[in-house]
Amino acid sequence: MSSTIRKLKPVVEVQAKSMVAIDDVTMAFGTFVAVQDVNLKVGDGEFLSIVGPTGCGKSTILNAIAGLLKPAKGAVSIDGAAVNGVQNNIGYLFQQDALLPWKTAYQNVELGLMFRGMPEAERRVKVLAWLEKVGLKGFEARFPHQLSGGQRKRVQMAQALITEPKVILMDEPFSALDIHTRHLMQNELLRLWQEDRRAVVMITHDLEEAIALGDRVVVLAAGPKSRVIESFPVDLERPRNVAEIKLDPKFITLYRDIWASLRGEVEKSYARH
Amino acid sequence: MHAINIRLIQVALLVVILGGWQLGVSTGVIDRFFFPAPFDIVKQVVTWIADAGFYKHVGITLSETVLGYLIGTGLGVAAGVWLGLSPFVARVLDPFIKAVNAIPRVVLAPIFVLWLGLGLWSKVALAVTLVFFVTFFNAMQGVKEVNPVVLSNARILGAKRAHLLRHVYFPAAASWILSSLRTSVGFAVVGAIIGEYLGASAGLGYLIARSEGNFDAVGVFAGIIILAIFVLVIDLILDFVEKKLITWRPNAGEERPA
Repeated sequence: MSSTIRKLKPVVEVQAKSMVAIDDVTMAFGTFVAVQDVNLKVGDGEFLSIVGPTGCGKSTILNAIAGLLKPAKGAVSIDGAAVNGVQNNIGYLFQQDALLPWKTAYQNVELGLMFRGMPEAERRVKVLAWLEKVGLKGFEARFPHQLSGGQRKRVQMAQALITEPKVILMDEPFSALDIHTRHLMQNELLRLWQEDRRAVVMITHDLEEAIALGDRVVVLAAGPKSRVIESFPVDLERPRNVAEIKLDPKFITLYRDIWASLRGEVEKSYARH
Repeated sequence: MHAINIRLIQVALLVVILGGWQLGVSTGVIDRFFFPAPFDIVKQVVTWIADAGFYKHVGITLSETVLGYLIGTGLGVAAGVWLGLSPFVARVLDPFIKAVNAIPRVVLAPIFVLWLGLGLWSKVALAVTLVFFVTFFNAMQGVKEVNPVVLSNARILGAKRAHLLRHVYFPAAASWILSSLRTSVGFAVVGAIIGEYLGASAGLGYLIARSEGNFDAVGVFAGIIILAIFVLVIDLILDFVEKKLITWRPNAGEERPA
């Protein structure tokens, strides 16, 4: 392993085929340009973290991949197929509560399979298995308001992953949780992801989270007209423990390097808002 | 202790009012033609309740109320969800809806009698026009205020339009309709009673109208009391229904459904 982390080649990009390709994408709302000329490739099984100051249009990139928003320019493709309209082969972990409040944990996790027309008996086996996997055995009949914030996140994870999506998108998924629950959920997420590696695009403003979870960290410039300014491979060994990895000297070096790049953008962003 | 005190004061207040009224009538201070003695009113209520024929009237008013509520809610939900999902149609129809909603419903009663006769259905129609707009506006609001994140999530999970209607839009609208259950049932009762009052051959409203026609103030007051009891009983049933139906919400009214 090389000690000069920044010079390291992005290994994953070269080896694996790219699962998500963002080509020259510009996202705009009327005359407001959120992101401009973004090029990103995410390899199959690669965990990509995107960091940037608040209001830099990070979420619009995810929404472009999900097909919820249409790029003003450029194209997005998943596994070689162009994204056109809402995608069903992805899993999206939202920052906010996205569960249906009138359905129980079981019914919420079941949704994706039900919409795909899977027979009841088959669904039941999978839903129960997933609820157990995320540690919610015995909570099947609870409504979202009867679950804690962390438990609701677990339900959301099971809901998003049960359809075995090709790409998992995460929009500051744990930012609403307290720090201990957050560490717990991050480890949980890494465990699930390690079992069955999919391409992940995670957006966060928390640089520690970005490094601790990701294979690669991409830094976005301050908005508007945000773009990718730098890309850092993260060569920390897996499996990782999110709480402990922060003491690793390699982690600290990486943090310093990426922060040097991010800091200027955060300052610019503060000056504008 | 505190609760008992309040109860005692309430009972005392009731005794003073009714006793004073009764006393006023007996001593001739109050004209019994306009304000019949409470004792006579109670006697009339008891006579009615003991009479088997009376329940025919209750039954008719009840069926008008229930039919008016169900039909009005059904139409209101359908129209509300439809317009909530098609802003274009909503904008086109907006002035017409406002105009129709501005008509005082009572003036429609004679028209309904003309169209549907003196029987049950003219009262149901009046109740429907009252209930419809309450549920219509609530259903439309419910659909418009569906959390966009929840909606995006459902679409990404693979929901087609029919799925969205069944699992997202209708439950969202339903929770709003349940929260307006009391108002709309109240309107259904009002519609049924007014319809009967203006022209009918049976029902609680008819009882009041008939007593009035005979200058029988005792009958009018007794009818009012019966109506109050009728609405209170319906309220109790609604309390029960609400608790059964909204199990997924922490407390009705405390948190807006997403």
